Amino acid sequence: MSSAAFENAPVFADGVMTVPALEAQHLSLSWDGSHVVVADANITVGTGETVCMVGRSGCGKTTILHALAGLTQPMEGRVLLHGKDVTGTPGHVSYMFQKDLLIPSKRVLDNVCLPLTLKGMSKAVAHKQARPLLGRFGLADTEDKWPSELSGGMRQRAAFLRTYLMGNDVMLLDEPFSALDAITRKDLREWFVSASRELGVASLMITHDVDEAVAVASKVYVLGGNPSAGKPSHIVGEVLVQRETGSSDVDFELTSAFLEAKRAVLALLNR
Amino acid sequence: MFNFSSKTHRRRLVVPSIAIIALLAFWQLACSAGWVPGFMLPSPIQVVQALIYDAALLASHSITTLIEAALGLAIGVALGFVVAVLMDRFETVALALNPLVTISQTVPTVAIAPLLVLWFGYGLAPKVILIVISTFFPITVSLVAGFRSVDPDLIALMRTMGALRMQVFINAKLPAALESFFSGLRISATYAIVGAVIAEWLGGFAGLGVYMTRVRKSFSYDRMFAVILLISALSLLLMRVVDLMQRLVMPWLKAERNDQ
Repeated sequence: MSSAAFENAPVFADGVMTVPALEAQHLSLSWDGSHVVVADANITVGTGETVCMVGRSGCGKTTILHALAGLTQPMEGRVLLHGKDVTGTPGHVSYMFQKDLLIPSKRVLDNVCLPLTLKGMSKAVAHKQARPLLGRFGLADTEDKWPSELSGGMRQRAAFLRTYLMGNDVMLLDEPFSALDAITRKDLREWFVSASRELGVASLMITHDVDEAVAVASKVYVLGGNPSAGKPSHIVGEVLVQRETGSSDVDFELTSAFLEAKRAVLALLNR
Repeated sequence: MFNFSSKTHRRRLVVPSIAIIALLAFWQLACSAGWVPGFMLPSPIQVVQALIYDAALLASHSITTLIEAALGLAIGVALGFVVAVLMDRFETVALALNPLVTISQTVPTVAIAPLLVLWFGYGLAPKVILIVISTFFPITVSLVAGFRSVDPDLIALMRTMGALRMQVFINAKLPAALESFFSGLRISATYAIVGAVIAEWLGGFAGLGVYMTRVRKSFSYDRMFAVILLISALSLLLMRVVDLMQRLVMPWLKAERNDQ
């Protein structure tokens, strides 16, 4: 299914008018302020929805996430969060980078509490809030450890908990599992899907892995173009992933619906 | 694994110890056999005897030198910290101060010391100023490099958390700079002792440099070597103190090293 042009229109679900959790309208982005890297990108993430974005290396996926996080000012277009314009202002959405970015000098609990303490919350109150979540995020008995004492998967879980504690209902994730080995990656991905559903956050995730995108997302955006060769990237299409309700994620990867969606994404990538 | 690492640790202690003992034995042999005249090179035993004989005097001179070194080092560290923070915060300040900071290190200490004595007299001031000049550079350079070693993505992440500039500095930049700061401090600590001694050579009433000048003038080379030995020992002691401080201030470093 190729993408249709998006306008500032509400999304209708089951006949009820809903405003998307996150929306990018006609975003044009640049690395240096003059050369367009991403042109006219339109992205919509519904409340509680997990959306993926795939594209070749260097096509500007991270540039889009930076703009959605408010870290950069777009050349054109705007970013709406629940219908409110937040273009170029950070602090409204939670962002998980490719690297876990845990601070080596802080123990695990202090690391995950960082978003809370930065807001002025006392350490004691922040710890009280975060401590019960450690087990839920697979980090039981790690609160007094240093980040270097954690495995790669545990570090990503800690980064995910820190992202969650930012307290926003929209998360941006930049290849969060790419640094992990295949087995840990799959485990963590499955855990992430269930945790996201349980927490009810809307997520936009970048990945290089088409299988991962289709397994995780209800919608996959495909970014095409080659900015370093002077061809600005744009969203060449989107694929809606039809998932039977009740089927587990492992089962889904064995279904024809999964294969069909994967083929569609690959076709768009090779266009 | 444990046996391997403890073996390696033992080797690291034993090999240099043997090298030092061998050097001292050769030195003693050279003196005892008369290969080098006694008035030119005292034997290690004579040096140790001089050290013991003058212990009380050396201790009082050492205190003066250590006070000068500590004061100069403290001011050098404070000044280096302020300059490094300004250089990190303001690009223009970095551009303006970079050559000056480098020049401060290229000025030969021995050449500038007489001028400082001329300007500030034989008191504490010229000694402390010379130590500040010597110690300021390693601290500034190491701190600036440390501040800049922070992953820009961490700063971007903290911005998405609404962090203020000061919060980024305290939570990310300062801890990231600590390791290189302590490397700079280790170098500065040795420069501080040497700087104090050089300043004392050119004038003063107490300190190891003053003692050194007196024994040189009386051709007491055994005492001269004794004070050289003491200066080395004090420098090593200061470096050890810096190591201990680093362990206290950076407890996570142990976990990182165990992980490697």
